[in-house]
Amino acid sequence: MSSAQTQSVRTGRVTRSFIYLFLLVSALFYLLPFFIMLLNSVKPLGEITGGNMMAMPEVFTLEAWKAAWSTAQVGVEPTGLRPYFWNSIKMVVPAVFISTILGALNGYVLTKWRFKYDTILFGLMLFSCFIPFQIVLIPMARILGIVGLSGSTYGLILVHVVYGVGFSTLYFRNYYAAFPTELVRAAQIDGAGFFQIFYRILLPSSGPIIVVCVIWQFTNIWNDFLFGASFASGSGAPMTVALNNLVQSSTGVKEYNVHFAGAILAALPTLLVYIVAGRYFVRGLMAGSVKG
Amino acid sequence: MIRQGEVDFRTRLQNWIPKVVLSPSLAMVLVFVYGFIFFTIYLSFTDSRILPSFGLVGMENYSKLWRLSHWTTSLTNLGIFAFFYITVCTALGLALAIFLDQKIRGEGVLRPIYLYPMALSFIVTGTAWKWFLDPGIGLEHTMHLWGWTSFKFDWIKNRDFAIYTIVLAAVWQTSGFVMAMFLAGLRGIDNEIMKAAQIDGASNWNLYRRIVIPLLRPAFLSAFVILAHLAIKSYDLVIALTGGGPGRATELPATFMYSYTFTRNQMGIGASSAVIMLMTIAAIMVPYLYAELKEKS
Repeated sequence: MSSAQTQSVRTGRVTRSFIYLFLLVSALFYLLPFFIMLLNSVKPLGEITGGNMMAMPEVFTLEAWKAAWSTAQVGVEPTGLRPYFWNSIKMVVPAVFISTILGALNGYVLTKWRFKYDTILFGLMLFSCFIPFQIVLIPMARILGIVGLSGSTYGLILVHVVYGVGFSTLYFRNYYAAFPTELVRAAQIDGAGFFQIFYRILLPSSGPIIVVCVIWQFTNIWNDFLFGASFASGSGAPMTVALNNLVQSSTGVKEYNVHFAGAILAALPTLLVYIVAGRYFVRGLMAGSVKG
Repeated sequence: MIRQGEVDFRTRLQNWIPKVVLSPSLAMVLVFVYGFIFFTIYLSFTDSRILPSFGLVGMENYSKLWRLSHWTTSLTNLGIFAFFYITVCTALGLALAIFLDQKIRGEGVLRPIYLYPMALSFIVTGTAWKWFLDPGIGLEHTMHLWGWTSFKFDWIKNRDFAIYTIVLAAVWQTSGFVMAMFLAGLRGIDNEIMKAAQIDGASNWNLYRRIVIPLLRPAFLSAFVILAHLAIKSYDLVIALTGGGPGRATELPATFMYSYTFTRNQMGIGASSAVIMLMTIAAIMVPYLYAELKEKS
């Protein structure tokens, strides 16, 4: 997508103005909900319920942010979202790490050490990325209960590794498929072993795909709601579940400004990744859809 | 002789290592995906209620399922949702991509703006839109304050229109992604073809209608497959935006499955609905993945 513009479609002035107008209105459509959320998260509640959502804050306050982070009622405890934010971090970091390593090794095996039926095995792993997760909820809940991991971060790590390894394998397989196999064979003749070849030859040139894979897994796992809600709804809940509890269950006055601050807090890590490494994010999306 | 044996052992070991390395992932997928799928299929033929039970009841769950108005309503909702979600996302994504492809100043700024919602959780999207669409405080209220007092936008509270608010929020979240797919497709089109058509005197409209859009067929197919499977899996957004309501107006198969299995304690029926969801997705994904894999190898 970064390739230079070369097309030579000629457009008249009227058409061009229309195109710019359309693009700008669209940009507004995408920006507005988030912008309004941000704007209203720094207003006192009274200004929201009584006032105009588009109006600039008359009183600028970070009270809602403080409340969302550390004092708001989430479920039964007035803990704010902070503990759940850390739950998510504790879940995401190991899950991303493990699924990426497994994906890299799988991709390496599936492209450079091919064996009979390897495409079928890959197909099985690939299909597992697209199943509706409702089909595994019941047995997963049972198994996590039996091994004593339900409601815990460890259980969620397991779940996300299991259902994330298909995608990470896909990324590395497609990436390593373009890597010259002759180099691997030459190293083999020189006496290099399986792990040596991986470590010395493939890994050093895997930087971009590692970034793509880490970003994809991070975004997906951080944003997951279904598994979090099904297997860890109590104090072990991840951020998305806690945010939903905060927004839905508030009895009495709805503290919209706190909800917005909480929503932005929940969006912040993935948004940050997107802003810092958007290019890789797009590549990951494309690789996950157009299996080129 | 001894040396020969060593080499043999080493070679044999080297032959085994790749398979050993692959096996943990493979075992995980076989057990946690395919094993679980079979377990759920099995459960769908049993009288499981609050816990899995193993008394077989044949097709009873399925016949019960199809008699439930709750289920048929969620299927109808899914049909409406999927149709508008896929059509609007594709149309908007295509328009944005074609327009962005006209040597637009500031493309580098616009593209990330269109795409950023894709990085958000559906729960965040739902929280934002729920409030934006709430007539008492969101858009309608604001329009009233600005003096347009007859302005009415209460879809989220209206049984007949609530499903379209889900479409709206879902389009907001994923149309940028479709735009990126089409843009990649457009940038991959051979420039010579475009030039030849222009020399032949084709208007822009005809150029796109007759040449460019047909050339984007692979992107259309990918977009359709991805959007269809996202639509069938939609769960988070409904929970965050409407919770399935008002009434059952935005109930989808995914929310149906969850509530029957975990809150209504009808696990057998929940399992059978999950099986139907899986079959629908498989009908779309398997041929697509098969074609993709075959093309590759």
